[in-house]
Amino acid sequence: MEAILEKLANPGFDLDQVRSDFAYLELPGPIIYLDNAATTQRPNQVIERMDHFYRFENGNPLRGTHRLGTTATEAMLESRKKVARFIGSKSEKEIIFTRNASESLNLIAYAWGLNNLQAGDQILITRMEHHSNFVNWQFVAQKTGAKLAFIELTDDYQLDMQDYRDKISERTKIVAFSAASNVLGTIPDAAAIICIAKEYNALTVVDAAQLVPHTKVNVRELDCDFLVFSGHKMLGPLGIGVLYGKAEILLEMTPFLYGGEMIEYVEDYESTFAQLPYKFEAGTQDVGGMVGLAAAIEYLEAIGLDKIAAYETALTDYCVAKLEELPYIEIYHPQQGAKGPAIAFNVKNAHPHDVATILDYHGVAIRAGHHCTQPLHRYLGQNSTNRASFAFYNTKEEIDLFIEALEDVKKIMQIDI
Amino acid sequence: MDLRQIYSQIIIENSRSNKHRNEMPDATATERGYNPSCGDDIHLSVKIDNDRIVDVSFTGSGCAISQASTSLLCGLIKGKTLEQAKHLVETFLGMIKGEITDDDILEEELEDAIALKNISTMPQRVRCAVLAWRTLDLIIAKQTGTPMTE
Repeated sequence: MEAILEKLANPGFDLDQVRSDFAYLELPGPIIYLDNAATTQRPNQVIERMDHFYRFENGNPLRGTHRLGTTATEAMLESRKKVARFIGSKSEKEIIFTRNASESLNLIAYAWGLNNLQAGDQILITRMEHHSNFVNWQFVAQKTGAKLAFIELTDDYQLDMQDYRDKISERTKIVAFSAASNVLGTIPDAAAIICIAKEYNALTVVDAAQLVPHTKVNVRELDCDFLVFSGHKMLGPLGIGVLYGKAEILLEMTPFLYGGEMIEYVEDYESTFAQLPYKFEAGTQDVGGMVGLAAAIEYLEAIGLDKIAAYETALTDYCVAKLEELPYIEIYHPQQGAKGPAIAFNVKNAHPHDVATILDYHGVAIRAGHHCTQPLHRYLGQNSTNRASFAFYNTKEEIDLFIEALEDVKKIMQIDI
Repeated sequence: MDLRQIYSQIIIENSRSNKHRNEMPDATATERGYNPSCGDDIHLSVKIDNDRIVDVSFTGSGCAISQASTSLLCGLIKGKTLEQAKHLVETFLGMIKGEITDDDILEEELEDAIALKNISTMPQRVRCAVLAWRTLDLIIAKQTGTPMTE
C-alpha cells in the first residue's frame, strides 16, 4: 500500500496541470468521473485542434483542387501518420479510419470473415468479449457454417491458456480476443495468444479498445494481423476509430463499403478499387475526428504512456484495496497478472442501477448494467454489475469520495451486512 | 431532491417483498417485460374471470424501483375489472409523465404506488418504474382489444 500511495502522491507528471486541461472539472458541484472505459473526457487541446480544423482547414479531403481541399487532405495524411507511428505500424497504408472499434470489427467480419471461412472452420473468441467482438462472429458463423468456440476464464478471471491450447486446432482460422477486458480489467498475454495462433496459421484480431488508451501498444512487436480501437476511449472525439491490418492481408480483401474515393476505374458493370488505405474508406471521411484523435495521441505521448499506465495501475490497486475493506462489496477483478483500470463490482442485495443512481447523487459517475458483455455476465452469474474505470486525470481523493458514497448506498438501500 | 424521496421505506420494502412473487401455472395470460439496456426482466401473470383480475403475480429480477413498482401494481389491481385496471395504468403513466400531479387523485387511485411519483424527475429511471405497467397494458390490450396507452 505504501508504494501505491507514493505513486498516487507523485504520479511523475503534473496532475494539477492535467486536470486544468479538462473543462468538465469546472462544472459546479463535484463530478467524479469514473466511467472512462465507456468514454473518456477530452482535454481542451483536442477540442481546440478540431475547432481549428473546422475554422481554417476545412474542405473535402482528397478531392479539392483548391487551397482548403489541400489543407483538409494534409490534415488527414498527418493524422494517419500520427496513428501509424503511435501503434508502431510500418506504413500509414495499414491504418484504416472507421467510426469506432465496433465498425472496425464489423469490417473484418464482413470483408475477411465472410469471404474466407467455410463449414468446418473454427472461429475462436473468448468468454470476456464485448458484444462488438462477439455478435459479429456469430453472424459470420451463421452465414458461413464455421463454428464459434470460446476460450473460458480461470477462477481468477484470467484467460485460461490451457483451455486455449485445448481448443485451437488446424481448423481454427481466426483468433479474435480483447487485449483488455472492459469489465474485469483482465489483460491477457496478447503476445502469447498470437504466438500460439501462428503455430496453426490462424489470423489474429486484437480488440485493443481498452488497452490502447492506457498502455503502449506496438503492432509489429505483437505481430498481430488486425488490431482495432476507438478514439473516444483515449481522449479523442466520438465517431472516429481505427482498424490496423497487415498490408498483405488488406490487399487481398474485398472492400467493405462502396462509394466515393474508394474506386479506381468505374465501368458500367464493374469497377476496380483504390489503393490502401482508401479502398476501405468510402465517402467523405471525418477529418475533424482524425485531427482530434491525432491531438489526443499527442496529449498522451506528451505525458508518456508509461507514466500514465503506472499511475492508473496505482489508482486501480488503491480502489480495489478500499473496496475489499467493505464486506457488502463483491469484486470481479483478477488478483494476479496485468490489469487495466476497470473494476467490476456489486453491492450485495442492491441492484447496480440503484447503486449508480445513489452514487450519481454524490456526483460519482460509474457504469451499471451488463457493459455489452451478456455472455460474460452469464458466466459471472450476475444479471448486471457496477463498473468503476479510471483515467490518469482521476485522483486518490476522488476514489475516497467514491468509497464514502458507497457507504451511503448501504444506508439508503438498508443493507445489513 | 433527497434520495430518500426516491428510495422511500415503501419502495425498499416492496422491492424485497415476496407477497406477489410466484409462478402462476393456471394464468389466463402471462407477458414478459424486459429493459434490454439495464436488464430488468419480469413475467407478469394474471388470472381473469368474467373481465375481473382475480389473481396476479410476477417473477423476475431487476432494480429496486422496477421490483417495487411491480409488487405495488400487483397489490393494486387484484380484484379490479380490466376496465378499472386500464384506468389505473393510465393514471400511473400520467403520474410518471408528470401529467397528473394532484396528490389527492393519485393517492385515492394508486394508493401506495404514489411512492413512485418522484421518478417523474429522473428520466433515466422512468423505464424501471413503468415496466410492469406497460406489461399489464399489453395484457389488457390483448384481452380486450383496447389500444395501448402512449
